[in-house]
Amino acid sequence: MRSRFLAALAFAALVAAGCTPAANPQPIATSGVEPTGTVEFWHFFADREAAAIAEIIDDFRAKYPKVTVVVKDSQDDAKMLQAIGSGQGPDVGLSYSTDIVGKFCHTGAWVDLAPYIARDNIDLAKFPETVRSYTQYRGKRCAMPFLADTYGFYYNKTYLAEAGVTAPPKTLAELSDLAKRLTKRKPDGTIERAGFLPLWGFYEFSPSHFAPVANAKWLNADGTSAIGTDPAWQQVLRWQKELVDWYGYQNLEKFRASLGDEWSADHAFHKGQIAMMIDGEYRIAFLRDQAATLEFGTAPMPVLDQSRYGAGYVTGNVIGVSKHAKNPEAAWALIRYLTTDTGAIVKLANGIKNVPTTVDSLASADLKVDPEFKTFLDIFSHPQTSTTPPSAVGPAYQEQFTAFCDRWQSGNAKDLSGGLAEVDKQINQLVQLAG
Amino acid sequence: MSTASARRRQSWRRRLVVLSFVAPALAGLVLFLGYPLLTAVYFSFTRVDLVNPPQWVGLANWRFLLHDPNVRLAAGNTLWLVAVMVPARIVAGLLTAMLLNRVRHARGLYRTIFYLPALAPPVVATLAFVSLLKPGTGPVNTMLAKLGIEGPLWFNSPEWAKPSLVLLALWGVGDLMILFVAALLDVPAELYEAANLDGANAWQKFRFVTLPGISPVVLFAAVTGIIGTLQYFTQAAVAASVASGEATTGGGISSTFGYPEGSTFTYPLWLYVVGFRFNALGYANVLAVLLFVVAASVTMLMLRRFNAFAGSTR
Repeated sequence: MRSRFLAALAFAALVAAGCTPAANPQPIATSGVEPTGTVEFWHFFADREAAAIAEIIDDFRAKYPKVTVVVKDSQDDAKMLQAIGSGQGPDVGLSYSTDIVGKFCHTGAWVDLAPYIARDNIDLAKFPETVRSYTQYRGKRCAMPFLADTYGFYYNKTYLAEAGVTAPPKTLAELSDLAKRLTKRKPDGTIERAGFLPLWGFYEFSPSHFAPVANAKWLNADGTSAIGTDPAWQQVLRWQKELVDWYGYQNLEKFRASLGDEWSADHAFHKGQIAMMIDGEYRIAFLRDQAATLEFGTAPMPVLDQSRYGAGYVTGNVIGVSKHAKNPEAAWALIRYLTTDTGAIVKLANGIKNVPTTVDSLASADLKVDPEFKTFLDIFSHPQTSTTPPSAVGPAYQEQFTAFCDRWQSGNAKDLSGGLAEVDKQINQLVQLAG
Repeated sequence: MSTASARRRQSWRRRLVVLSFVAPALAGLVLFLGYPLLTAVYFSFTRVDLVNPPQWVGLANWRFLLHDPNVRLAAGNTLWLVAVMVPARIVAGLLTAMLLNRVRHARGLYRTIFYLPALAPPVVATLAFVSLLKPGTGPVNTMLAKLGIEGPLWFNSPEWAKPSLVLLALWGVGDLMILFVAALLDVPAELYEAANLDGANAWQKFRFVTLPGISPVVLFAAVTGIIGTLQYFTQAAVAASVASGEATTGGGISSTFGYPEGSTFTYPLWLYVVGFRFNALGYANVLAVLLFVVAASVTMLMLRRFNAFAGSTR
C-alpha cells in the first residue's frame, strides 16, 4: 500500500514538474532597432479610466505605426500570474498594487528591465527615490512606475472655522486634540460627528498609509519583519489606542457601521459626518463630483515628530514585461513610452487624476494643478515620503500586522510588545515558506 | 476448450462491457479529481510559485500547519458555520416545506416565492442582505427602532457577524425546501393513516413516519451542506468587504477579509490569501489537501452512519 502511494506520488511529481513551463530568456536587440509586431497589454482600469488609457495607446500607435497593441482591460493580478505561469498571458501587464513587485520580480514572472534601461540610456534619477524603491526588488528592476497615488490629510474647512481653527494639525498630539474638539455626541453619548475616526481599516486609515508619520519600519534588509523591533510602531499604536479609548471602541464601531461606503456618494467626509481623514489625491475628483458644495482643504498628514511634517505615503501602479512575452522589444517600447515620455505621462495624470511619476512631468506646465492637488505633488516630492517595501510574500507583512492592530484597538490584545513579536514570527515563517 | 476457460472469457467480456460503460465517468474522475489531487499532494511538499519549477522542501509546509494561528482562527470559524448553519438550513428547509405542503390555495405561488432567493447569485444576495441589515441606515434596524428595540450591529459586530451569515443562508433556503417538498410528498399516505389508527400524536408521526421516509434527503442535505460550508468563501468575503465600508477597495482584495476582527475569516479565505496573495502556494496546497481529507472523511462517516443510500430500512 505504502509503495503504491509513493509510486503515485512520484508519478504526480513527474507530471506536475513536466507541466511547469521552462524559462524563456530572449536576447535584446541592439540600440536603434525600430519595434514592430503585436503587443498584448493587460491592465486593470475600467470605464472612464480605461478610455483614458485607450487614448494614450492611440498616441503610441501614431508614434510607432509598426506596432499593433491589443488592449485587454479589467484584468487582475492573480489572473495575470496564472496566465504567465501557464506560458500564456500578456506581453505587458499593468498592476494597481506595488504589493506584487516582490512576487513578480522574485519569481521572474516579469523580466529584469535593466538591459533595456541600460541600452536606451534611461535616466532612473528622473524618478523620485520612493518610486524607484517600489518598482524593484533586491536590486532587480522588473517594473516601471505608471502614475502614483499619494496619501495626505483632508479636513472640512467649515468645521475647523467654526472651532476657531485656522490651520490643519501638524502633529499627532494636535490631531487628537482637534479630533476631540470637532466631535459631536448625541445626548446618549453616541457619536453624531467624529472629528477623526481612528479605527484601523476605516476607509484609507491603515497602518500602511500611516507608517510614514512616524517613519515606522516594515522590513529588515534580509526581508524579515522589523515591526516588533521598531519602537515607532508602538508609539503610533499607543497614540491611536488612546484616541479610540476616548471615543469608546463600541461607540466608534457603531458610528462606523452607520456610515456610507468609501466609494459611494455617501462617503462620510462628503456628508460631513467626519471632519478630518487620511486619503489619496484621487479623493479630490470624487469630492468635486459628489460633494460640490463641501469646503475642504488638503495638507500633509500630521506626524509624530514635527521635523517629518510634509512627508506622506506613496504607492502606485506598476508595469512590466511578462516572462513569456512574445514580442519583448515592442513590449518594452510601449512601457518606455508610458513611463518616460513626459507628454504621455502628463496626459495620463490629467486623464486619470493621479500623480505623475517623473521629475519632468511633475514640473510640466501642461499638468493641471490646483491648490488641493498641489499638496499631494509636494508630499510626493518630499524626501522623507515613503512606501511599503516590496516583499516575496506580497502584502503578507501588512495584512498580518493589520489583523493584530484590529485586536489591539478593540482591547482584545493587551500585550503590545508580545503581540508585535508574535506578528514578526508569523511574517518570518511566511517569508520562509514563500522563499 | 474447457468449460472453465469459456466461463472465464465470458466473465472478462462482461467486465469489459461494464468498463466501457463507466469509462467516460472514470476518465473524468481520474483527469479532474485524481490528477489534481495527486498534484496537490505533491505540491504540498514543495515551494511553488506558478512560474518556476517546484522545489522540494520536505515537510516544511506541513510543519507550519501546526504553528499557524490563522488556520486555527479560520478553521474555528468554518466549524462554527458547519455546526450552526448546516442544521439551521435543514430545519428551516424542512419546516418551510411542511408548511407549504399544508397550504391549500396558491401553493405553487408560495413555493415560487420561497424558492426565488435561492436563484439570486451569492454576491448580489450578500450585497442586498448586508444593506438590509446595515446598522443605522438599513430598513431592519430602522423597523426595530420604531418598535423601541435597538438592533444589533449585524455584520459589523464580531459576535453577530456569523449569525448574520446564517440568516443570509436561511433566506436562501429555497434549494433545500424544494427537495423536502418532493420528499414529503413521497412519504406513503397510508403510513400516516396507520399511525393515526395507532393513536400517534403529531410529534410521533413526524419522528416515526415522516423522518424515516425523508432520511435520504436529510442525508443528502447534510452531506452537501457540510461540503459546501467547508468551502464557504463568496458570502464571507463580500459581507466583510461591504460591511467594512470598502466594497471596491484598490488597496488589496484580501485586506477586508475576516472583518470584523476575524469573525468571518473562513478556511477557504485563508487558503486563497496564503496562496494567491502571499505567494505561499506550497502551504496553500497543504490546506487544500487537508480540506479534502476532512470533507471526504465527514462524508464517509455520514454515509456509514445513515446508510440510507444503500436502501436499508432503519
